[in-house]
Amino acid sequence: MYDATLLMTVTVLLFASYADALGAASLDLEMPSDTTVTQVVAAVRARPGAQRLPAAPLVAVNLQYANGDRVVRDGDEVALIPPVAGG
Amino acid sequence: MTPLATLVRRPIDPISLLGRVATPANGAVILFLGAVRQVNEGRAVTGIDYAAYEGMAASELESIVSDGASKFGTRDIAVEHRLGELAVEDISVAIAVGHPHRDAAYAASRWVIEELKRRVPIWKREHYADGTREWVDPTGRPSAGAAP
Repeated sequence: MYDATLLMTVTVLLFASYADALGAASLDLEMPSDTTVTQVVAAVRARPGAQRLPAAPLVAVNLQYANGDRVVRDGDEVALIPPVAGG
Repeated sequence: MTPLATLVRRPIDPISLLGRVATPANGAVILFLGAVRQVNEGRAVTGIDYAAYEGMAASELESIVSDGASKFGTRDIAVEHRLGELAVEDISVAIAVGHPHRDAAYAASRWVIEELKRRVPIWKREHYADGTREWVDPTGRPSAGAAP
């Protein structure tokens, strides 16, 4: 049965300038079980230091780039991806 | 050979990479090397730390090499990207392409480096001669980690 109050823990990985801005390489967030990438980003941006992140950073779910409306499930690996600079 | 894409934490050996794409079928074998430059945007650079989201970077690199192989009609593409602390002149990335013909070999090499820069989650923090360090943001926005 659907329970809107059900919470899950989402671990968000942070890298490079984003990790520096938030002072952590990962965050554990309590989120509703039907949350989206956009909602996860909003929760990260509410953290101290996160005002220096862009409003819509690149996000990966389970090692692939994901859109804001992608639903995040319990156990998914979510990562905020700063502007890439390889090469 | 199977397309090859690797993240390494040791010096890149370009000759070994070339050996992986040189075959009797390939009339053109080319190598692109990216190296740490001593100046960036007017600032004296003494070294670069390369960091990555390693699981995703490896899978994106593999996907680029595999897509490039289909797009340009060769199985012989090999890429290595180095992570960790590099000094000026160190090789950060090497792309070797073997193809029967040079036009496609050059095009494939160029395509691979542009795709790598566009989508592989690797970041670099430059060390400057004045002792400061900053994450490079190719989009030109101020770095999120920079002092306000």
